[in-house]
Amino acid sequence: MNATWSRFNITSIVLGFAFLYLPIVLLIVFSFNESKLVTVWGGFSTKWYVSLFHNQGLMDAAWVTARVGVISATVATVLGTLAALTLTRYTRFRGRVLFSGMVFAPLVMPEVITGLSLLLLFVAVGLDRGFFTVTLAHITLTMCFVAVVVQSRLISFDRSLEEAAMDLGATPVKTFFQITLPVIMPAIVSGWMLAFTLSLDDLVIASFTSGPGATTLPMKIYSQVRLGVTPEINAACTILIAVVAIGVIIASLANKRREVQRQLDERAAQRG
Amino acid sequence: MKSLGSIRRDFAPWNDPNAKPYIQFDNVTKKFGDFTAVNNLSLTIFEREFFALLGASGCGKSTLLRMLAGFEEPTAGRILLDGQDLRGIPPYRRPVNMMFQSYALFPHMTVENNIAFGLKQDGMPKPEIAARVAEMLKLVKLEQFAKRKPHQLSGGQRQRVALARSVAKRPKVLLLDEPLGALDKKLREETQFELMDLQQKLGLTFVVVTHDQEEAMTMADRIAILDKGEVMQVATPPEVYEAPASRFVAHFVGNVNMFEGKVAERTAQTTRIAGATGAQIVVENAGDAAAGADIVFAIRPEKIRISSRKPADAVNALEGEVYDIAYLGDMTVYHVRLDDGQMVRASTMNAARVTDDPLSWNDRAWVSFRSDAGVVLTR
Repeated sequence: MNATWSRFNITSIVLGFAFLYLPIVLLIVFSFNESKLVTVWGGFSTKWYVSLFHNQGLMDAAWVTARVGVISATVATVLGTLAALTLTRYTRFRGRVLFSGMVFAPLVMPEVITGLSLLLLFVAVGLDRGFFTVTLAHITLTMCFVAVVVQSRLISFDRSLEEAAMDLGATPVKTFFQITLPVIMPAIVSGWMLAFTLSLDDLVIASFTSGPGATTLPMKIYSQVRLGVTPEINAACTILIAVVAIGVIIASLANKRREVQRQLDERAAQRG
Repeated sequence: MKSLGSIRRDFAPWNDPNAKPYIQFDNVTKKFGDFTAVNNLSLTIFEREFFALLGASGCGKSTLLRMLAGFEEPTAGRILLDGQDLRGIPPYRRPVNMMFQSYALFPHMTVENNIAFGLKQDGMPKPEIAARVAEMLKLVKLEQFAKRKPHQLSGGQRQRVALARSVAKRPKVLLLDEPLGALDKKLREETQFELMDLQQKLGLTFVVVTHDQEEAMTMADRIAILDKGEVMQVATPPEVYEAPASRFVAHFVGNVNMFEGKVAERTAQTTRIAGATGAQIVVENAGDAAAGADIVFAIRPEKIRISSRKPADAVNALEGEVYDIAYLGDMTVYHVRLDDGQMVRASTMNAARVTDDPLSWNDRAWVSFRSDAGVVLTR
């Protein structure tokens, strides 16, 4: 491998990262802007963060988003895990191909279509749009992502673990809760995180299926931006970015530590 | 107290017509779709026996084990354990335990909890579980590893945990699926003897599946050799080796020289065989082969003597040329091309450091053997 820092290498790295992060950096920088004008730098200030916490509308929207996210991610995780179990375990039932295709269709379905069809359904059955319908819609959206994540773990799952448990006297139900579930738990947790994140930043489907009193944060931000970008929105977005970044960093650090510990353990075991 | 060896020597319930079979496969057939894994197979295993199912992959040996454990149900026939028909009894209610080829240790549990898992399922009181786990850890010499997780153990240690876990419940029968397959050669040999000791100590019935004939020969009281879902022979290791029932068994277990031929002449004591390529062989015991029948004469390499001159006293002596020599340290294997074209493998123990009859490549040589050294196979 050639490790020299040629001019070409440096240029491509700078351009690449600029393309990815310049808009975000700009957003973060301007969230600390003293001036009310978004594109004019008026000195450093944290006043927009203060005013953000006094903006009842934004705070309400954040609270709605958090609740929708937690509830929909949890329900989607349960349903998605069940779907993944069915698809990997019962490989010979009638219509399996159709079923798996249907579970995974929302992955590639344009969100506008998902949103519109859900809206039509809610109207048809006479459901009042609001918190409940957004949550339902998000479950529909995120369930298939959970199913994909959990399924990929289940495919590599050693079935002899379950056989061993049953051989030792555990009924199928006990085997599931004492062996299968704990072993695939990391995949279920990442499925939940993925579902939560998807719910957190969804604008399209929420716009279709939400109603009065259940405005999510992305909807609120979008509607405010249409009236002009305020530094307050920049501040809200910066906090969101910080939350996500911290989450990702903690997760990957924990993962890394576990991996290192595991390698140390294994080396210790080799020595006896 | 009797030594383990003498217990083993006197143990031969299969020769006793009154002995009650412990495990019985009764005309068992298992099909997976169009594939027949086990074909109308009957087999009897006795209590406290160390029984080996030996065969190449795909011969149905693992399927037999899985049917005994309850993971598969026979398509036809029945399996009896201690007189009880096992049909319809789920794995978690069968008094058998299995040690898996992959060990199948629960990765999220410590060694202790792995071993205690089966005991907890039975609702055994906590102090008793603790005592039993301690006893098992001592048995497999892993006392100081109780709190470790499986991934913190070496391959050999994992194997021991798997073993301890599967015997912790004191099952009537222990099933072992390629128990030593993942260990290296040295460790495998040590563990073979440990397994035999353990079986004697606990007084359990062991059914082990293996594709390694040495492993089966070392450990088992009796071996069943399987091919394509059928039993080829069930016998003790010496019988399997010295008196194979068919060409398949002779070929499968150990090395063998085969001479195709016909029974030329039978007398009360001896039978003369005319080899297809011209060799004349005199044997003492030709079984039920009638005169004129097509047969195969099979003889093990170590029963053939090789020398540079024709031995004066030999009943059977054939001349040829040394084609290849493999020096293995404890013994030397010679490949001799007989003058009629047939290749013969002869092995000699290197009992002395220097041989007084050295043979080299392309030397003329005689291979000779006694009239009772080989067997006549009709199948």
